Amino acid sequence: MKQILEGSRAIALTIKNIKPAVISAYPITPQTHIVEDLAKFKADGEADYEYVRAESEFAAASIIEGASAAGVRVYTATSSQGLLLMAEVVFNIAGMRLPIVMTCANRGVSAPITIWNDHQDAMTVRDAGWVMLFAENHQEAVDQHIMAYKIAEQTNLPVIVNVDGFVLTHTYDSVVVPDAGQIKKYLPDYKPKKGQYLDTNNPVTMGAFAAPAYYMEIRQELHDDLVASLDLINEEYKKYHEIITKTRKHENTKTRKHENTKTIIDNGLVEYYGSSRPKVILVAMGSVVGTIKDAVDKYKYPISLRRRGAGGEVGVLKIKSYRPFPADEIVKIIKKAKYIAVLDKAITLGEMGPLASDIKAAAQGKIKAKIQSFIVGLGGRDITGEMVERIIKEVKKGDDGVRFVG
Amino acid sequence: MKINITAKPSSTINNKTGGWRTYIPRTDFKKCIGCGTCSRVCPENAIKMVSGKNGLKPKTDYDFCKGCGVCAEECPVKAIKMELDKK
Repeated sequence: MKQILEGSRAIALTIKNIKPAVISAYPITPQTHIVEDLAKFKADGEADYEYVRAESEFAAASIIEGASAAGVRVYTATSSQGLLLMAEVVFNIAGMRLPIVMTCANRGVSAPITIWNDHQDAMTVRDAGWVMLFAENHQEAVDQHIMAYKIAEQTNLPVIVNVDGFVLTHTYDSVVVPDAGQIKKYLPDYKPKKGQYLDTNNPVTMGAFAAPAYYMEIRQELHDDLVASLDLINEEYKKYHEIITKTRKHENTKTRKHENTKTIIDNGLVEYYGSSRPKVILVAMGSVVGTIKDAVDKYKYPISLRRRGAGGEVGVLKIKSYRPFPADEIVKIIKKAKYIAVLDKAITLGEMGPLASDIKAAAQGKIKAKIQSFIVGLGGRDITGEMVERIIKEVKKGDDGVRFVG
Repeated sequence: MKINITAKPSSTINNKTGGWRTYIPRTDFKKCIGCGTCSRVCPENAIKMVSGKNGLKPKTDYDFCKGCGVCAEECPVKAIKMELDKK
């Protein structure tokens, strides 16, 4: 059933229907509405999970880490400083191969204090060994949470679903939240393997000491499994849409207003929207992709040149899975273009945008296009269609230094 | 996941820490008076006194000896020498 829901409410309802056994969280803007809703479902007797209000994010992450180690499905959500406070536990969760799913309502990082959206918080834990998904809109956020549990429980890799704070968490949009019965058809109950969880009948130590003779192989396996999960993420995307969204496809996917610009590639890892023969490709993650899609449409038909076939040289590549990084998929798409503008809502200070840096590494020796890093929308700065058009012009000239647009 | 990262209780002993050693203690049993000082001071409990035909003599478990050299330092008759442990 299609409903008009706040992004946070849609995510909370999804989690309720996924039926975790333990939820623990500490409130932080802009994640608050998600965990408030989940606490209320429990208080109203609509849900069976244990809801543990923690005294800090470090505790919240530790509580779900322990609960997951005990062999049940768990959930938490956080933002910004909260994720930074969790950081140590975030690394532990990945290292212990616990299939935890967490929502990060993305927000900038202090100082100066900001409560508004950017991706700096997620980037601080990108090396922790989690699968990192980024949602563009409410529906994608709902879908990615359900897929996240399936991916996590099959691979023993934790998953962070990133949703832009305020832009998605506090806005209302039409969205379909699958009910518990539908979800169960796609996502079976979680059953951990024997000897891999805390059980008094079969005691084990988890997260134990690893001497130099073992540590490196364990870390390499985490890396190898993360890379290998690329195929699974893609497969799960297909399965999910076969099982869950098949019935709503006709009402949900509206073709965009210009028939020549359209989604050409859409899978679990990336989505490409725009010209089939692009000169410029913009690369971005999260909600800003919606704005870019509109700008791409507009760019294709500038008001002064409103005839068919004019322009049409721009496309946008959305990265859905940031970790594992779908380097081959990305190169396959961007090699068609001459200019690549990468829009980052974060910066690795002293270098460039983290996504830009990753794309340059993926393209190394494979394509000759100019790849330029644009920093946009830090601390909630609006990213407008005009800014995107400015970036499209800017990437065609000058050097490839880092540019702040805002 | 091919590598098992959980561990059974009391399985720490499976992890042979002798590999950490740089210097290895060698005991000269002609000099050794069997006093048991080395066994008492060993921080790893890796030296046991075992009785043989010449009375009590120390037996070092090289699976767990980390080569700290405390035994050699404390031996009253300087019967233990630390040598470079060539692997």
